[in-house]
Amino acid sequence: MTTAPSGRRPGVSGWSGRAIAGVVLTIFVLFFLIPIVWLLLATTKSARGLVVDDPFEPGGFGDLAANWHQLFAFQDGAVTAWVANSALYAVGALVITLIASIPAGYAVALTRFRFRRTLLVLTLVVMLIPNTALVLPIFLELNSVGLIGSPLSVILPMSFFPFGVYLTYIYFSTSIPRDLLAAARIDGCTELQVFTRVALPLAAPIVALVAFFSFVQSWNNFFLPFVMLPSSDGYPVQVGLTSLLASTPAFNPSSAGMQSVQLPTLALATVISVLPVLIVFLFAQRFLVAGLTAGGTKE
Amino acid sequence: MTAVRQLARPVALVRRRPGTRSATSYAFISLYTALTVAFGILPALYALYLAFTDANGGFAGLANFTKVVEDFRFLPAAGHVASFLAIWLIALVLLVTVLAVVVHAVRLRWLSSSLRLIFYLPGALAGASSVLLWLFLLDPTASPVGGLLRLLGLASFIEVIVPAHLPPIFAIIAFWTGAGGWIVIMYGALNNISAEVIEAARIDGAGPMQIAWRIQLPMLRKWISYMGIMSLAAGTQLFVEPQLLSQASNAVVPNDYSLNQLAYQYAFQQNDFNGAAAISLLLLVIALALSAVFVWRGGLFETD
Repeated sequence: MTTAPSGRRPGVSGWSGRAIAGVVLTIFVLFFLIPIVWLLLATTKSARGLVVDDPFEPGGFGDLAANWHQLFAFQDGAVTAWVANSALYAVGALVITLIASIPAGYAVALTRFRFRRTLLVLTLVVMLIPNTALVLPIFLELNSVGLIGSPLSVILPMSFFPFGVYLTYIYFSTSIPRDLLAAARIDGCTELQVFTRVALPLAAPIVALVAFFSFVQSWNNFFLPFVMLPSSDGYPVQVGLTSLLASTPAFNPSSAGMQSVQLPTLALATVISVLPVLIVFLFAQRFLVAGLTAGGTKE
Repeated sequence: MTAVRQLARPVALVRRRPGTRSATSYAFISLYTALTVAFGILPALYALYLAFTDANGGFAGLANFTKVVEDFRFLPAAGHVASFLAIWLIALVLLVTVLAVVVHAVRLRWLSSSLRLIFYLPGALAGASSVLLWLFLLDPTASPVGGLLRLLGLASFIEVIVPAHLPPIFAIIAFWTGAGGWIVIMYGALNNISAEVIEAARIDGAGPMQIAWRIQLPMLRKWISYMGIMSLAAGTQLFVEPQLLSQASNAVVPNDYSLNQLAYQYAFQQNDFNGAAAISLLLLVIALALSAVFVWRGGLFETD
């Protein structure tokens, strides 16, 4: 964040300018905020209350509990299994991502080897490709080696995280002086020791940042698990939501029956499906909102 | 610093065999390189192979490509994606820029950071969750903005999701989840403009509009084109929004609405992996070309 005194910023002056800016900001605050607030309130209502009551009037704990029970009773606790799957995939991918990308980013930034530039450019190009672009090709590849349906078929592709390598590369090449590494070498450190004893202890911020992006991206990933995992037992919660949606009579009238899901229950499922990411977001808000990602590129 | 390095290097060379340093480097990059090969290069090559062969592995020339392009579903799907992209990109470029400049002009620090958090928060609801939330919002019976929908003459969910409405609906969903991240990035870029430049312009008599137009916008141009190109590449991949809407609407929205869905249909409904590979390859080439152009011409990323 800038430390410039706020008075030196280009402020909006004049009452008309302020009024227009105020109106624009109010409209967009409502646009971004209303859906989330409403979703949280919807989880505390009964199916009837959701339609009849005032949209912004909170319901009660009784209804929240009822929705909770209906959700976790769905297909004998399928939701619990989906959340556990999401955790397994996201954390598994996170661990492999860190093991793979922190040393790689370090090596690209601070050591010399053949193909260094090739690896860097390749990383950048792949990083800028939307990650859905390779999903079907990866499916075709894993299908030919018979890995489809196993947890590895989602964890391993998620662990390929070029953005993490690029962030690490930028961090090490801008914030660790080479003199420091040279000094460690003169003191007799091996290359491995230079990394583990000098570079790694200084890398805590970047490890946290890569972990954050990797976790959020894996948790929210829909297309990859949707394609790789044929059976409902293996779904992460994002894909599981589609099963819930298919059992919601309000959207899918043919589904009315024993297992039918009411709208507030579906709203609760939506909240639960994003809860871990929402919590991580709120914890990470200081560095997110400061526009730190812009620091990862040259100006 | 360079002096130290020049001193240090010969010492290191004397003490160690020349190969040692790069051998350790290769160990550091080994796992990442293996993942890059397995999930970046090999799948792309395999898709390339499949796209140019037939089901029996014989060379097929361009047959798979002509087959998918002449498929009666291909052009409509391409059209859907194109109209979604047009609306989304225009909204993104205009609104994100305006919002970033306005938020940057807010002088109260707590207000500015709360605004950025509010804009950014929907980004936590990516993928299926945000689509599901918007299904609620678009269903006039339950929606908190049901009155607004009825005002527009839309009384039921089915009336909301008629084909003509879908591109703007998908654009709104994508904007709602993605815009905040870009606003924060643009805000960061605006912070990098030195206060002296702005101050000098103000002393020369420039108002806030002129400062935005003459100084901030030109400085943001690189970031705006980056946003445009990345969003264009990501938008061609449209999948989860129409997929869920198709499911929620009892197939009023077809399950081959977008190109990626069509590729999915080829692979999983028709068991035609060669056709699926051909569509994936077309989309991959678009994404690769856009990202490569940006890496080499954009000048935004550090490659040394």
